[in-house]
Amino acid sequence: MHDVSAHAAHHTPPQGFLRKYVFSVDHKVIGKQYYGLGLLAVMIGMALSWLMRIHLVWPNFAIPGLQWLSSAGAPGGVITPEYYLQLMTMHGTLMVFFVLTNVPFAGFGNFFLPIQIGAEDMAFPRFNMMSFWVTFVGFCVLVAAFFVGDGPPLSGWTAYAPLSALPGTGPGQAMGQTLWAISIAVFCIGQLLGSLNFITTTLDLRTKGMTLMRMPLCTWAWFITSCIGLLAFAVLLPACILLILDRVAGTSFFVPSNLVVSDQLVNHSGGSPLLWQHLFWFFGHPEVYIAILPAAGIVSHILVNSYRRPLLSHKAIIYCMMGIGFLSYMVWGHHMFLSGMNPFSALVFSFPTLVITIPATILVLIWIGSLYGSNLQINSASLFALGFISMFVSGGVSGFFLAQPAIDVYLHGTYFVVGHFHMVMGVAAIFGMFAGTYFWAPKMFGRMMNETLGKIHFWGTFVGTYCIFMPFHYLGLVGNVRRYSAFVDDYLAPLMPVHRFITIAALATGAVQLIFVYNLAYSRFKGKPAPENPWQGTSLEWATSSPPPWDNFGGKLPVVYHDPYQYGIEGSSGDYVMQNSPEQIQTAREDKKLI
Amino acid sequence: MGKLVAVTLILIAIGSAIPILAHIWVPPADISTHGYQIDEQMSDTMVEAGICFLAAQIILAVFIWMFSDRKPGTKINAFPGGAKGLVIGAFLLVGTEVLALGFFGTKAWATIYFTPPAADAMSIQVQAGQFAFYFRYPGPDGKFGPLHPEKINEANQNIFGLDVDNDPASKDDIVTAEMGVPVNKEVRLLMHAKDVGHSFYVRELRIQQDFVPGLDLQLHFTATKVGRYEIVCTQLCGLGHYNMKAYLNVMSQPDYDAWIKQQATMQ
Repeated sequence: MHDVSAHAAHHTPPQGFLRKYVFSVDHKVIGKQYYGLGLLAVMIGMALSWLMRIHLVWPNFAIPGLQWLSSAGAPGGVITPEYYLQLMTMHGTLMVFFVLTNVPFAGFGNFFLPIQIGAEDMAFPRFNMMSFWVTFVGFCVLVAAFFVGDGPPLSGWTAYAPLSALPGTGPGQAMGQTLWAISIAVFCIGQLLGSLNFITTTLDLRTKGMTLMRMPLCTWAWFITSCIGLLAFAVLLPACILLILDRVAGTSFFVPSNLVVSDQLVNHSGGSPLLWQHLFWFFGHPEVYIAILPAAGIVSHILVNSYRRPLLSHKAIIYCMMGIGFLSYMVWGHHMFLSGMNPFSALVFSFPTLVITIPATILVLIWIGSLYGSNLQINSASLFALGFISMFVSGGVSGFFLAQPAIDVYLHGTYFVVGHFHMVMGVAAIFGMFAGTYFWAPKMFGRMMNETLGKIHFWGTFVGTYCIFMPFHYLGLVGNVRRYSAFVDDYLAPLMPVHRFITIAALATGAVQLIFVYNLAYSRFKGKPAPENPWQGTSLEWATSSPPPWDNFGGKLPVVYHDPYQYGIEGSSGDYVMQNSPEQIQTAREDKKLI
Repeated sequence: MGKLVAVTLILIAIGSAIPILAHIWVPPADISTHGYQIDEQMSDTMVEAGICFLAAQIILAVFIWMFSDRKPGTKINAFPGGAKGLVIGAFLLVGTEVLALGFFGTKAWATIYFTPPAADAMSIQVQAGQFAFYFRYPGPDGKFGPLHPEKINEANQNIFGLDVDNDPASKDDIVTAEMGVPVNKEVRLLMHAKDVGHSFYVRELRIQQDFVPGLDLQLHFTATKVGRYEIVCTQLCGLGHYNMKAYLNVMSQPDYDAWIKQQATMQ
């Protein structure tokens, strides 16, 4: 923590359009840029999921205009099986990297972390600008794969070698797969720069009085996530570089000897496909928490505001998030139970996977337990935050199954896995994004969003996502395998009605998202001007104007006197006391006795 | 609106549980000697996960019902026992559950992977390649001839890369596109991939194992029911992945003997 006057990061007000809105070093502009990029990626990703769902149940349906995107992949607009896999790969990659990592972590984190700790900007503003533009380049490289040669890769977002390492293994495995690997490597660089910046800012730029334990829960979540990201992306980056070398320089990191593709002996030797799996999942499992922890932090921040009371324990949430982050590095092998690694190691990976349910359960119990006796305020943000809890539980309990190697023997590679990770990592994190958007849009854009439209959006999304993803679990129980472009196996025919139901639910739920896009776009320009503190919040982002000035607090950094969530205070002027209010209060925190 | 959220949550929770309780979508009947352990483990986990799921959703719904839309200024009360009770409860309940699942799950896993196949188990080699499985039986001499990947040539039907002219052990090897096994006879699979990663999944056998290029992997099972079952690939292997399948034909011993004799004549 630093002296306020001496060490705040200073930069002069930006001049000119380019410096203000494009190559800006202002963390708020960069946060909005990440958010915008995430929004673009999620729209593409969702459109891809529509195409995939349509192909699965109406394989001969001609989608008007699709042939323009790929005349070979979709002749006459009808998606071919290989193009289905290519769309699926792009869907997964866009969603995991450019949506779930970008928005809850880089987007909201960039905008609000410095404000919530009372800083003028990030510790390294130029690095910050660079991290966004590097990420943007990664995005462009990935999307370019749609327009090269025979299209994007078809090896899935996990890009298992040697399918991903050998150019001749299928359509899209030439230039498309190389672009994929370059894109992800570039993305990793952006995330490493961002994580370093977040960590330094949190440790170094807190304003006077802002002790670590006085940081809001979302700040804690971004801080912990950046620690996870620094390690995770540092492993994926070299893995992608090795993959690129295997593809273009003839090395054999991931390709063993004696492989025969199309009756031709492959000229590689000595590599290990399992090495790719280890490196990928050493990143891949922590990535789940990179997506979900910021959402959990955002939701905690919003819930406590909606409950109008402190959570039962502030510290327990922080320690649980740390515990989850720590354990996330010990469980990667549960993605590889059936990969042929030593079967004893399956037990070693299974145990911490099951143990991770303990901190996750404590989080849920504190969110639900704190609701007891509260004055719950229902609005769009709190609805999505409550929906997050429900989704987190639904997606979490299916983890019990997949954590056990014996059950994984049956469920691995089925729709059960797809249902599990979509609910717990995808939908839950996206609910966190929606909650954050309704809660913070007034601060980010200075305009209120329409509450009625927000509530309609919630109902459509909440019911719709359950209709889509719960049946995935049922399909998995029957043994319906994933990543199939058509269900040609006899036993899958009776499951077609379930698939049709899912497709219709997906199309409808996707359509509901247009309400959100309209609401965001309309309120951005025509919404009611937002007051400084529309939700009667306590943390520092509500202690400045909406939107905040370029230096966040108008040249005078706030001084913090209180813990972050002083709600439900009797005898105070409202039912809350802001962190920077010098008002003397009896602390409302109830966790003094804990730990 | 809080009450509507509560009712919806309860309806979703119960609606999600009904197909499970009514056994509408269930795994096919098990036909292996080890599968019952996986099934039991899955049922136990379903009970535990189901209770957690229903309890969490319903309590969340009840609290939303009780504490939303209250009169402004209503005094807040604390959850009885506070965070301490919840944290201890989570450690005890979930910790016990985790230990129990972990412990019993280990037993089922160990039966499949830590018990070696019997000495008289029948060996079948499986080769997975884009986009078909092929099976090799050692023939009357009981020996597999060596593989020469450079000789693989699908056009000439040399699927495994055998050199029948120079390797005596290869001469009587039988290569098939369908996997025939005798009922109640232990089978040891010797698995390898020709090109990229694949996987071997037979739902009824409760068996799934990846093929990893460069690794020779083994798996063993005993099928207990005569019938024809689908073997499907569950590891994304390229454009024909969805169409990569073969059949497991479990036969009585006399039927198997006749089948393998017939296959031998077709080499």
